[in-house]
Amino acid sequence: MNMKDNILVLIFGAVILTMPLWAGIVGAGYPDLLQKFAIFGLFAIGFNILFGFTGYLSFGHAAFLGIGSYTAMWSFKLLTMNAIPAVLFATAVSGLFALAIGFVALRRSGIYFSILTLAFAQMCYNMAYSVLTPITNGETGLTLTATDPRILDAATTEGLPSTELFGMGLSGYNGFYFCAIILIIGFYISVRLYRSSFGLMLLAVKSNQNRMKYTGLNTKPYLLSAFVISGMYAGLAGALMVVIDPLAGAERMQWTASGEVVLMTILGGVGTLLGPFIGAIVIKYFENIFSAFNDAVLNQVFGFLPDFIQGIWVSFASLFVGKGWHLTLGVLFMLIVIFLPGGAMEGFRRIAAKFKKEKEAHSAGGAE
Amino acid sequence: MSSILTVEGVNKNFSGLKALDDVNLVVEEGSVHAIIGPNGAGKSTFLNCLVGRLVPDTGTVLYYGNKPEGETLFGLPPHAINQKGISRVFQTPEVFEDLTLFENAMIPVMAHLDGSYRFNSWGGVLSRGEIADAAEHILSDVGLLEKRNMHSGSLSRGDKRRLELAMCLAQDPKLLLLDEPTAGMARADTNNTIDLLKKIGEERKITKVIIEHDMHVVFSLATKVSVLARGHIIAEGAPQEMKGDARVQEAYLGGAHL
Repeated sequence: MNMKDNILVLIFGAVILTMPLWAGIVGAGYPDLLQKFAIFGLFAIGFNILFGFTGYLSFGHAAFLGIGSYTAMWSFKLLTMNAIPAVLFATAVSGLFALAIGFVALRRSGIYFSILTLAFAQMCYNMAYSVLTPITNGETGLTLTATDPRILDAATTEGLPSTELFGMGLSGYNGFYFCAIILIIGFYISVRLYRSSFGLMLLAVKSNQNRMKYTGLNTKPYLLSAFVISGMYAGLAGALMVVIDPLAGAERMQWTASGEVVLMTILGGVGTLLGPFIGAIVIKYFENIFSAFNDAVLNQVFGFLPDFIQGIWVSFASLFVGKGWHLTLGVLFMLIVIFLPGGAMEGFRRIAAKFKKEKEAHSAGGAE
Repeated sequence: MSSILTVEGVNKNFSGLKALDDVNLVVEEGSVHAIIGPNGAGKSTFLNCLVGRLVPDTGTVLYYGNKPEGETLFGLPPHAINQKGISRVFQTPEVFEDLTLFENAMIPVMAHLDGSYRFNSWGGVLSRGEIADAAEHILSDVGLLEKRNMHSGSLSRGDKRRLELAMCLAQDPKLLLLDEPTAGMARADTNNTIDLLKKIGEERKITKVIIEHDMHVVFSLATKVSVLARGHIIAEGAPQEMKGDARVQEAYLGGAHL
């Protein structure tokens, strides 16, 4: 951790915390969306500790997201509406699950590892729907009720309670700031991990496991540690979801959610510190914009065209918006993987390199 | 001189094919022991048996690096074998190609200091000065210090070999195994590697076992040569004796009945 990293974290923190002030300019200035940025950003940053640092691609991280959500809900139901215990319990429990799942899945590498994690996540998802209904409340999802015991603060609340932090409600912008502070802490930890000797070992695992082993280093515990840490990030993100909106459903654990975080990480830049967060924001931002479009809006956009052409355009474009926004995401993803395999961060690097070159050419020309 | 590795009556079959047939060998401490032989003689199988990667059908291999009574290495994972003081150089240099030379050098230093796993997740990698110092030291030993910030993937094959050797030396091994250390190298790189190995041999007393094809390398480095052909050790002695040995000539020049 050097001066440059401290500055990076400070700027990151400042940008996140001032988001409510400037996000309105790009049409993202409302708490729901900003909360999503923070939560999915945290999820992707944690996922990157496994996928980006060690190269092990997990297709089952949504399981930890769900486990974190359920654990946090039970903390609300049984103990207190305070968000702190919920967040701590969720992180710890998802860490335990990650330890168990990781222990088995890490017996294999490459595609087999991915398949094993996917299988475990689908198992968790199906169990949440079936045999674990007493804990997860099945299809309905786990909700707060007025009759919850809440040992620590049942007396202080009346009616249906809401989540709080020492008396401060956590809806709207309060909720965003709570998530944002945890996101900044999470980012700071990931930067420190990256610069630590442990982080270097993870990069070494990614680079050459054979040399690692013949250097007297056991790769297993390094991989398992990374898996557990990233599982804990996912659990924490899951807890934040129910802090914002106290409802936990099993669909959160579906494989599409696991796939989404993979897309975010790749889109932003695998193995970079900021990339996964940028990927998360890009996806959540465009999801918000594109899924809000409907035929009426499209008709307005293409209103300048003659009627029959307008009809064709609208029916074509409507494939890519609203519920069809995943098609847009798919196209975007393909373009990134083909033209910018390093994700958005590589794009920034290329642009920076180009500017630098032009500047150098300019100053060289000036010197002559 | 005492021995560091003894091989007794080792046999290894691969589905009926006799790869090693009653092989006996003693590696003396401090020697540079070359194992030569034509293609398919069983050299690689033998090397893998030496380090416990392959378990022979019969016979024993005892390593005396740590215990005077010797210990067997069969079935141990590679990292455990390495922690016992055995380092290995591969035919194709194995380095961390995505990392810089300096990072490459730091990893074996940490492995040497901290053992096979240490969860040092908070301190920056450069916060322990002794690691950076040792890494710089080994890079300068092999003449790669000025390239410390380059990614090792962009090095020439000869330089990768230098780096790999440096990484092995950083762990201060008792036994260094070299599997065709100059395979696929240009003449100049081969000579550089030989010079480097000679220099290492002068500075530190590390026992070396070299599997080699190239007679030039063998006669420049080895203190003892064993000739392996068709799974047997057919001759053994000082390099100069081996040069003129009729059995060696036969094995190499096609007289061998394969």
